[in-house]
Amino acid sequence: MEQMAKHTVRSYAEELRRLRDMIARMGGLAERQVNDAVASLLRRDTDLATEVVGRDAAIDALEREVEQFCIQILALRQPVGQDLRLIIACLKISHGLERIGDYARNAAKRSIVLSQQPAIGSLNGFNRMAKLVQENLKGAIDALVNDDVARADEVWAADEPVDQVYNGIFREMLTFMMEDPRNITAATHLLFVAKNLERIGDHATNIAETVHYALRGDNLPDERPKGDSSAYAVVRPPLDQLGG
Amino acid sequence: MSSTTTTATSRPALGAMQARSGAALNEAKVAIRNLDFFYADNKALKGIRLDIPDRQVTGMIGPSGCGKSTLLRVLNRMYSLYPGQRATGEVLLDGQNIISDDMDLNELRSKVGMVFQKPTPFPMTIYENIAFGVRLHEQLSKAQMDERVEWALTRAALWTEAKDRLNSSAMGMSGGQQQRLCIARTIAVRPEVILFDEPTSALDPISTLKIEELIDELKRDFTLVIVTHNMQQAARCADQVAFFYLGELIEVAPALEMFTAPKHAKTQEYITGRFG
Amino acid sequence: MSASASHPALTPVKDRAIATRLGRRRRRTDRIARTLSLVATGIGLVFLASILATLFVKGFGALNLSVFTEVTRPPGSDGGLLNAIVGSLIQVALATLVGTPIGMLVGTYLAEYARGSRFGDVVRFVSDILLSAPSILIGLFVYQLLVLPFGGFSGWAGVVALSIIIIPIVVRTTEDMLSLIPNTLREAVIGLGSPKWKMIVLVCWRSAISGIITGILLGIARIAGETAPLLFTSLGNNAWSTDLSQPMPSLPITIYSYAGSPFQDWIELAWAGALLITLAVLLLNIAARSLLRGGK
Repeated sequence: MEQMAKHTVRSYAEELRRLRDMIARMGGLAERQVNDAVASLLRRDTDLATEVVGRDAAIDALEREVEQFCIQILALRQPVGQDLRLIIACLKISHGLERIGDYARNAAKRSIVLSQQPAIGSLNGFNRMAKLVQENLKGAIDALVNDDVARADEVWAADEPVDQVYNGIFREMLTFMMEDPRNITAATHLLFVAKNLERIGDHATNIAETVHYALRGDNLPDERPKGDSSAYAVVRPPLDQLGG
Repeated sequence: MSSTTTTATSRPALGAMQARSGAALNEAKVAIRNLDFFYADNKALKGIRLDIPDRQVTGMIGPSGCGKSTLLRVLNRMYSLYPGQRATGEVLLDGQNIISDDMDLNELRSKVGMVFQKPTPFPMTIYENIAFGVRLHEQLSKAQMDERVEWALTRAALWTEAKDRLNSSAMGMSGGQQQRLCIARTIAVRPEVILFDEPTSALDPISTLKIEELIDELKRDFTLVIVTHNMQQAARCADQVAFFYLGELIEVAPALEMFTAPKHAKTQEYITGRFG
Repeated sequence: MSASASHPALTPVKDRAIATRLGRRRRRTDRIARTLSLVATGIGLVFLASILATLFVKGFGALNLSVFTEVTRPPGSDGGLLNAIVGSLIQVALATLVGTPIGMLVGTYLAEYARGSRFGDVVRFVSDILLSAPSILIGLFVYQLLVLPFGGFSGWAGVVALSIIIIPIVVRTTEDMLSLIPNTLREAVIGLGSPKWKMIVLVCWRSAISGIITGILLGIARIAGETAPLLFTSLGNNAWSTDLSQPMPSLPITIYSYAGSPFQDWIELAWAGALLITLAVLLLNIAARSLLRGGK
């Protein structure tokens, strides 16, 4: 992206910079929420989980602040071109980050329930998935803050590994449930946590898409590499159990 | 019985709505090719190539001295009034090169009308202001002329305000009314193209909106070209926007594209206020 | 601020001292200038007032009905100024009729066709010289041109001389008034597809007409009082005459010859005539001013 000249109205440029800062702050907060939610799950740390649930209000407040600020700029500056795209993108991104915050809070709540339940299997998949979506989220926000279209495109194309891990967890959980009905509570909660992480990944992708539009002014193609096949997944009980 | 109303209003409003929403532009009414323009030895327009779509609004924007007004004055050969100004290249109005020497200028100007920055009412009655231009090109009976005056004033959204004072001087009207009178006077000649040279820069915001509404209304029947310093106005009125800089046409695009995702860096800098 | 470094500010105390000193000097200069202007105005007004007072006192004293009903007679025989008044009216009216169209057309040419052209500049220059030329020169010129070759003084020669005086006045005002019309008005007319001559006749003249008429009225006022050019052309005539091929009486000439005569009744008639001309010029000026104001 070629370097743009400075805005003639300095206070306007200042406002746009502040808007980016707010999104960066919100993105950082959302990242941390995702990270802590998964950490509380892995470490069975209910204190941390409670903390995550409590911190969600901050993200919601930031979203309202961003919204107000965008409305203010739209009303008073009548932005066009890249400025208009940036402001609309920030509106959408703040909404996406708010959703991400909600998913993280939901995951944290479930990790409190799960800490009362017997452990099942290894939670490596969750760890891996959390790493992936966090990285994507960070990438998308960095792309916006640094005017880096290439980075946004990278994130946009990098959702497939997340979906693959999710498919793996899905199958694993179904298997646990079939092995032993006492696993059903924990497995179901874990399944939802996995789904939450998968949704967070999708939002990160959407944010990357929005960043691409804000920076370039064109839209990425509708089709994007997809790996989520769980919607078609069917698991049959093992044959030996059928026989018994 | 007048042919006025029928011929002028029966043309279908082709594609007007699509264009405002960012889709197709109509076929070119005026095609400008390799146009160079000179004020004496000073080259003010450089190799302009631009299509002006039929019955849509083309907005021309750019900083002062970029050549947008100059281009407007090429379209009705106004520059021919002044020795030392000349144009080379082609400006095809329905295929006819209007900048060639054998063009009949009075006929051209009956086809390409112009509305100016400041209202320019003639020192006569409202009725005479409108009849003046019509008489230059047509011989109408009193009844036909009455009908034409009413038609023009109605199209210019001035009839209700003016109908009771047709015989009083046009100089007594407000600025906004005078400007609408100038528009009425222009459309009374039934041109095909109307040029607007910053038509609202001398008007208050409400009068400005009335003129903009009028422009929106007029494009059903006329091809409109508007030069404006007010970018929001171009965004509000135009189907196609052309950005000029230092005598060159930098970018031309449908208005929506121009104000959301312009291609050229210079255009972006200009419309977002990051200029110089 | 870095700005204060490059523009060292005066300290408040110093500032105030300088300001007071400067202020005192300014007020003093202002008072002197105002006093001088007032004195100058006063001197001018005194002369003007005394001229007018003399004129009114002596003029009104001499004014009676016979001034308007009787022609000029030998001294002591109760004459009037009727022939001089009518002679002046005829010559001024004809000169206006001849000079105005010519002046307007020349002015129009200068404003509408010859802008920035070399020839136009020359015409304008010549016209301006004519405007300020001593009127006796014009009288001499017409004397050479018409009186000598055609064997004698005549009303026609007077008319021509007065026309030559009024033409540059009308040229000047016509051009000035047309130049005041904004160019966009012209372009608006042309933009409707009008030929240039229609633009000039139907719009430009109409816009400028009150100004042009004002100029014409001022021109009439000027030629009504001209004496010098008539001395060499229409000469004057003590009898009733409306024949333009003969010498013709006129008010200024009559005043000129009567005022210099030793006869008391002639001198009084001269005062009456002077008052009449002054009143006529005054009326024309008032008419011109009100017209100009009404046109705005």
